[in-house]
Amino acid sequence: MSTSVFKPGERQLSDPGSGPTENYLNAGFSAKSWLLTVDHKRIAILYLISLTFFFLIGGLFALLIRLELLTPAGDLMQSETYNKMFTMHGIIMVFFFLIPAVPAVFGNFLIPLMIGAKDLAFPRLNLLSWYLYIGGGLLAILAIAFGGVDTGWTFYTPYSSTYSNSNVILAALGAFIAGFSSILTGLNFIVTIHKMRAPGMTWFRLPLMVWGHYATSIIQILGTPVVAITIVLVALERLFSIGIFNPKLGGDPILFQHLFWFYSHPAVYIMILPSMGVMSEVITCFSRKKIFGYDFIAFSSLAIAVLGFLVWGHHMYTSGQSIYTSMVFSILTFLVAIPSAIKVFNWTATLYKGSVSYSAPMLYAIGFLGLFTIGGLTGVFLATLAVDVHVHDTYFVVAHFHYIMVGGAIMGYMAALHFWWPKMTGRLYPEGWARFSALVIFVGFHLTFFPQFIVGYMGMPRRYHVYPEEFQILNVFSTAGATILGIGYLIPLVYFLWSLKYGPRSSANPWNAKGLEWEQAGSPPETFNFRDTPVVMEGAYEYEPKIWLK
Amino acid sequence: MDKDFVLWPEQASTLASRVDNIYLFLVAVSVFFTALIFFLIYLFAVKYRRKSEDDVPKEISGLLQLELVWSIIPLILVLIVFVWGATIYFDSYTPPADAMEIYVVGKQWMWHIQHPTGEREINELHVPTGQAVKLTMTSEDVIHSFYVPAFRTKKDVVPGRYSTMWFKAIKPGEYHLFCAEYCGTKHSEMIGKVVVMTPADYQNWLAGGPASEPMEVTGEKKFQQLACHTCHTDKPNARGPSLVGVFGESVLLKGGRSVIADEDYIRESILNPKAKITAGYQPVMPTFKGQISEVGLLQITAYLKSLAKEGNQ
Repeated sequence: MSTSVFKPGERQLSDPGSGPTENYLNAGFSAKSWLLTVDHKRIAILYLISLTFFFLIGGLFALLIRLELLTPAGDLMQSETYNKMFTMHGIIMVFFFLIPAVPAVFGNFLIPLMIGAKDLAFPRLNLLSWYLYIGGGLLAILAIAFGGVDTGWTFYTPYSSTYSNSNVILAALGAFIAGFSSILTGLNFIVTIHKMRAPGMTWFRLPLMVWGHYATSIIQILGTPVVAITIVLVALERLFSIGIFNPKLGGDPILFQHLFWFYSHPAVYIMILPSMGVMSEVITCFSRKKIFGYDFIAFSSLAIAVLGFLVWGHHMYTSGQSIYTSMVFSILTFLVAIPSAIKVFNWTATLYKGSVSYSAPMLYAIGFLGLFTIGGLTGVFLATLAVDVHVHDTYFVVAHFHYIMVGGAIMGYMAALHFWWPKMTGRLYPEGWARFSALVIFVGFHLTFFPQFIVGYMGMPRRYHVYPEEFQILNVFSTAGATILGIGYLIPLVYFLWSLKYGPRSSANPWNAKGLEWEQAGSPPETFNFRDTPVVMEGAYEYEPKIWLK
Repeated sequence: MDKDFVLWPEQASTLASRVDNIYLFLVAVSVFFTALIFFLIYLFAVKYRRKSEDDVPKEISGLLQLELVWSIIPLILVLIVFVWGATIYFDSYTPPADAMEIYVVGKQWMWHIQHPTGEREINELHVPTGQAVKLTMTSEDVIHSFYVPAFRTKKDVVPGRYSTMWFKAIKPGEYHLFCAEYCGTKHSEMIGKVVVMTPADYQNWLAGGPASEPMEVTGEKKFQQLACHTCHTDKPNARGPSLVGVFGESVLLKGGRSVIADEDYIRESILNPKAKITAGYQPVMPTFKGQISEVGLLQITAYLKSLAKEGNQ
């Protein structure tokens, strides 16, 4: 490969070659060297392993849910068990997989590398974040072991605060503690991005991945404390009967919904904004082109982060809030759709007159575009007041948010995993299998969730253990799709593990990508990332060589 | 399963076709944009696929005009959809003045329906076609949601307050009634049916049921039982204000504020009497919390409504 063509000479301060002999992975092999590490890259690996564990547990619950829904009657499990299944699926997937996923693994690993820093601003705080995450996760696992929770991941009051007989406190405490992990990670990223950029790395030379994480971090530190307080209030009412949400104790149940969604709607953007950052990196690399409309993509991330805080009431059109309140939330929700549309159009335009290759990360990125477009457009249905009244709390909503969270966030996560796997591990994965699994996931995903739009509009409510017969055929499609989707997720698990031992060694820059992590650091990088502090002379994504500049 | 495969539930209310129209418009817009994006990706991916490893395409940084086009066109579209959707929403949650009133109490896990004429139903609601029906609803425990897909409407049923919804059925038949807000173990069994009948059949149904006493009569009895009438009389110097002609009117409160005497105000005044004191009276009324059920509250409210009608005559 003629890698030198794409590298202006002055950026090659050090030649990482095909991987330094000493790197962050072989810097120590003891358990202590991992569990007490303050290296952002090792912490990212710790997150990768633990996230995979929680993803498998959450996925197992999903599989059991889909099996139960194969028939209209409740013949696999009791209603109580079923309710616990979807609750634990939601809690595990939202709080312990989707929210941390891309930031904790790829943000952690890449932000210092991308901005030319040795580590995050607060390495010990970063390790503490991981321990908080694990602590929260273990409490959630304990809640399952002691019999589960049945409130739904939304913990609506007064059911959660008074009526449920399950382990609400334990699970809520898990989410509460994991929340601090999220806050501290966001804080760490913001300080790092402000203070630790290499010489010449101006704000508008930052890779868009960094912009995406910056916007995400703002939501994490502003939104997460609100849900933490809300969880404390639920616990106070449940443990000490202090009337906050239960009207029988003088409380207001709708207040909970305002507090909960004030965080939990922006939380959706915590899940999707980092994946959008991944998209910008992958699409430019595999079309070998500068991003189309850098400023528009960067600022649309910030617009989403800010506007995202003003739309929580769209979860409450049927709650009895004032008609006029709903109207305000409706129009703000329509407005937040625009920056997402701008991003999709810009990514598509980036392909125009590019040099497009279909390596696995790109296939996942194209899959993201396909699924996120449908997820975003169906979000417009739900922003529409009259349509939402009909489909609120039906499978239409379930399909919509899976298109965003699974179709968007997880496709972005998979794209990132394939794109940066050689950087993180120094090994190449088998390309054929990776492309195949991307296809399997794409097909399985549509087959699982597209029928749910239809069954939702037909009126099937969500969280139903038993359901009328006329909804069965679409549920059978869904379950069949979920099986395919499950296999699609297991294939990468196998070949990634295989590649750790048998995969060919990767060069420093196997994709000929731009960016400090590719051009100036080895695969895998050494402990302090760069031998010398990089000096940045150009913006991100300068794929066309600028010979005339010299 | 003898029914044909359908993509939406039956259109059994005046609202249904209006919601379906905007839905189909959104489907059309979405299909257009999805097809556009997919087509462009496919076109670019094929036309500009990498021909050799040394391929270096020309740089394109962006184009302001294009950014404006794809920001403004979607913006205009969503503003149209906003106004359209908001108009239908406003109508769907604003009951007409001539609506027939029916009361609903949700509890884990059943729907209790009370007609003003006294008929009670469990998990079934009989209504005539061509007549606007307003439901006044509350819950005895957790939040439920009254959802009739064939009417394209739902409303959360919240403990501690009344919520209302309305519909005008247009097509006789039996339709699903679902609880749409997760409410605990048997949430998915908190279902029932709405039976829509022609006005003639509906009259027969009303006449055919067991003789029942109208809600306002039951309410009046409760009013006497709880000894409300000893203070709330028409006599001068009574300890409580007269309740004749009060419902639906503005009540002047101590401190100069005033409040419309609606269902929520009556409910609050019975359960938490010291919250709002009528001007000129002392806060001497005890609470009746725990002594009266949600249905009982609705019956007394129906009685007070009947007093209001008399008062206006």
